[in-house]
Amino acid sequence: MFAYIMRRIGTLGVILLGSSFLLYNLAAISGDPIGELKISQDPRAKQQIIALTRELQLNIPPPFRYFLWLRGVLGIFVGKLDLGSTRTGESVGTAILSAIPTTLRLVFTASILAMVLGISVGIVTALRQYSKFDYSMTFVSFLLFSLPIFWVAVLLKQFMAIQFNNWLDKPTISLGALVIIGVVIGLIVASIAGGARRKSYSIFSAVALSTMVVLWILQKINWFLEPGFGPIFFFIASIGIAFGVTQLSVGINNKSALRSSITMAVVGLVFYYPTKWAFKLSNQTLVLLAMAALTLLSAVLVSLFFAKIDKIAIIRTSILTGIFMGLIRLLDQLMSTWPRFISTDAINYRPVPTVGQANSLLEPGDYWVTTLDLLMHLILPTVALTAISFAGYIRFARGTMLEVLNQDYIRTARAKGLSERTVIMRHAFRNTLIPLSTIIVVDFAGIIGGAIITEKVFGWKGMGTLFNMAINSFDLNLLMGVFFLTGTLSLMANLVADLLYSALDPRIRTGSGA
Amino acid sequence: MNENNSVEGDSAEISLIERETQGLSQSQIVRKRFFRHRGAMVSIFVLTSIIGLVYSALDAKYFGVRIPGWWKYSIEDLPELTLGQCKDGLVGCPTLSVVPNFLGGNGVHLGDHPFGQDDIGRDYLALVMRGAQRSLMVTFIIGAIAGVIGTVVGAISGFYRGWIDAILMRFTDFIITVPTIIIGSVIGFHFGNLGVAFLAFYLGLFGWTGLSRLVRGEFLTLREREFVDAARVAGATNRRIIFKHILPNAVGIIIVSVTLLMSGAILLETALSYLGFGVVAPDVSLGSLISQYQESFTTRPWLFWYPGLFIIVIALSINFIGDGLRDAFDPRQRRRLTRKDRDRAKLGSKTGVQK
Repeated sequence: MFAYIMRRIGTLGVILLGSSFLLYNLAAISGDPIGELKISQDPRAKQQIIALTRELQLNIPPPFRYFLWLRGVLGIFVGKLDLGSTRTGESVGTAILSAIPTTLRLVFTASILAMVLGISVGIVTALRQYSKFDYSMTFVSFLLFSLPIFWVAVLLKQFMAIQFNNWLDKPTISLGALVIIGVVIGLIVASIAGGARRKSYSIFSAVALSTMVVLWILQKINWFLEPGFGPIFFFIASIGIAFGVTQLSVGINNKSALRSSITMAVVGLVFYYPTKWAFKLSNQTLVLLAMAALTLLSAVLVSLFFAKIDKIAIIRTSILTGIFMGLIRLLDQLMSTWPRFISTDAINYRPVPTVGQANSLLEPGDYWVTTLDLLMHLILPTVALTAISFAGYIRFARGTMLEVLNQDYIRTARAKGLSERTVIMRHAFRNTLIPLSTIIVVDFAGIIGGAIITEKVFGWKGMGTLFNMAINSFDLNLLMGVFFLTGTLSLMANLVADLLYSALDPRIRTGSGA
Repeated sequence: MNENNSVEGDSAEISLIERETQGLSQSQIVRKRFFRHRGAMVSIFVLTSIIGLVYSALDAKYFGVRIPGWWKYSIEDLPELTLGQCKDGLVGCPTLSVVPNFLGGNGVHLGDHPFGQDDIGRDYLALVMRGAQRSLMVTFIIGAIAGVIGTVVGAISGFYRGWIDAILMRFTDFIITVPTIIIGSVIGFHFGNLGVAFLAFYLGLFGWTGLSRLVRGEFLTLREREFVDAARVAGATNRRIIFKHILPNAVGIIIVSVTLLMSGAILLETALSYLGFGVVAPDVSLGSLISQYQESFTTRPWLFWYPGLFIIVIALSINFIGDGLRDAFDPRQRRRLTRKDRDRAKLGSKTGVQK
């Protein structure tokens, strides 16, 4: 195994050498960094040419200059990585290091959302193969596949930002819109639930009606300007989470698991007001960390109290319940910040921004207002990116799940008389995750390269912007720096994916053959 | 009891499907399945109509012979910006109307500028048609070149294995490392002025990696099958085995992934043009049209809608055709039985007729 990994890393190095050499020369012949200065009439141009030539060593032909660049990169082995400097004299390493957090912030949420949503929708479509839900999700995923992201972005800016902000000025929902929203949500829920025709009619009407009533009440109490859950709805949501998580994780028949997750909901309710007080403290990062630790600790304690056998599964259930409850609590806190947030001068009742990473006019100091501002800036790019990449996950998860469901061990599991939940969650779902996990690893490496187009459309300054700058201004060192990072990451991710696959699936051997 | 019933139903369904394909050759089965895929059939119709519409719209010149198009303007014409029936003092809005008079619309007519005019008065229908021509051409060139290279590389490395395989696959890794959009930008920046076909050609040279991996995997399994041994014993050369015996069996996977590659290619071209590395003015593609006019969405939305609509429709129909092909070629694919099928089966079993 060790020899295999070393051999793979060796070839990886050779490949990187080759492709960087290719790219360096391609990029070098693609444009002259001083071309514009040469035809410039500016008297200082000549001096600039001389300075740039000396700085970027342009007098050396590209194939040889590559080795100078390579010497700097190989410094990584003696702990002195030197990626050269950009045209403006800044170090490429610094530029990249300052761009990575922005890119991560932009792409991380979107990828996680796309994965979770895509995989769950894909699995549900596989379970309901050839249903109306399956057909409509297939259509939706193909449609999303075919959308250029900047086209989506412009639409989102118009409808989710500008018109939403206009609507928020006087948030009322007309009767027609109310009916349409209710019918759409009812149709979605009914088609997911499936079942006989009469059952789905009653599910549809119940969901559609209740959606309309809830929306009507919400607009009557002016909820859209002063949103929030309050302790009662927080508790109801927690109970719902407790039941849902228990059902998916160990099954509702496991009494001790159900008891411990419901106890978690009660604990959450008890801590509702103390956390409200804690959110006003000065050091919020510390408070959040303490809350997370407290949630974990109470989950473990509660489940140890209830569990007699199978402790690990019950602890897992309670921890999952705790995590979801924590997220709801944070959402509640953000909602209660909302009125304060939109009434600040910088926001002025137009909360959804169309470009940028953060509102520079916003006064710093209030942790929750700043967080909300960052999140609002994330909304549009996240929706755009999620919509685009979610389609791929649906298709892939559906295909894999169908393949797994056709396997003999699924038939065996059913023949043993296991419940449908156990068959799907324990036998089918886990085996579906094996090929998915390798895809996820490779995708994660890909996203560091940045969503070049998304960054441009929404005016973010991450890796994609660096790359774009590098190409447009013939900045060879910057381009190679970006490439060095993305290329290495994607090769490493492929290696990790292969190893992961063989670790998860014993049927696959690594190290055999080339 | 219930369980029992469903199991019996299952096996009845399987035999029903088997009966349907009895006595048909592989290609007949594939064709039959493909023609039954409604989405794919509609998409083929839509795609061919779009291709016909788009390529016959403008004047074209082949080998010095001038073929007139059905549309009166070309992309170089500069007609006056007309007011027409525009609202709010806009100029150059679309004159296309599809709502008939009796439904309260303006009647069905094309008008002088069905898709409107751009900011300097050029006819937008002509621009969109030219853009779609370019985008379609890029799609097909990338698909053809990447398809051929991917198949050849995958076939050779899967068939010969050993060091040839090792070298070819490391070469594939090598191409994969360079992100397509980076290579596209570098190429577009340097060679963009040489024309769209050239750009597409170069993009095709870098787009075959995924396909070659798939084909290699397919060849690795197929070469171990008995029919290959039989062919070898009969004295067939390697070339004959590859082209006559293995390739026909792998053609399903190749066709499917080439269609997916093509729908990706149209979006890649769009993205490159958006970044400014694709098609160079005065030539236009759908992507360059959108990126040029994205700022005018709030004031003159038609400049944004029409090219986007064409991109989506083209990519969507290619995707659906690919899906139909995948269903048709997948031997494990089980069609959903309709009520009609069940009725027919019941009738058959009652009267004892074997089809």
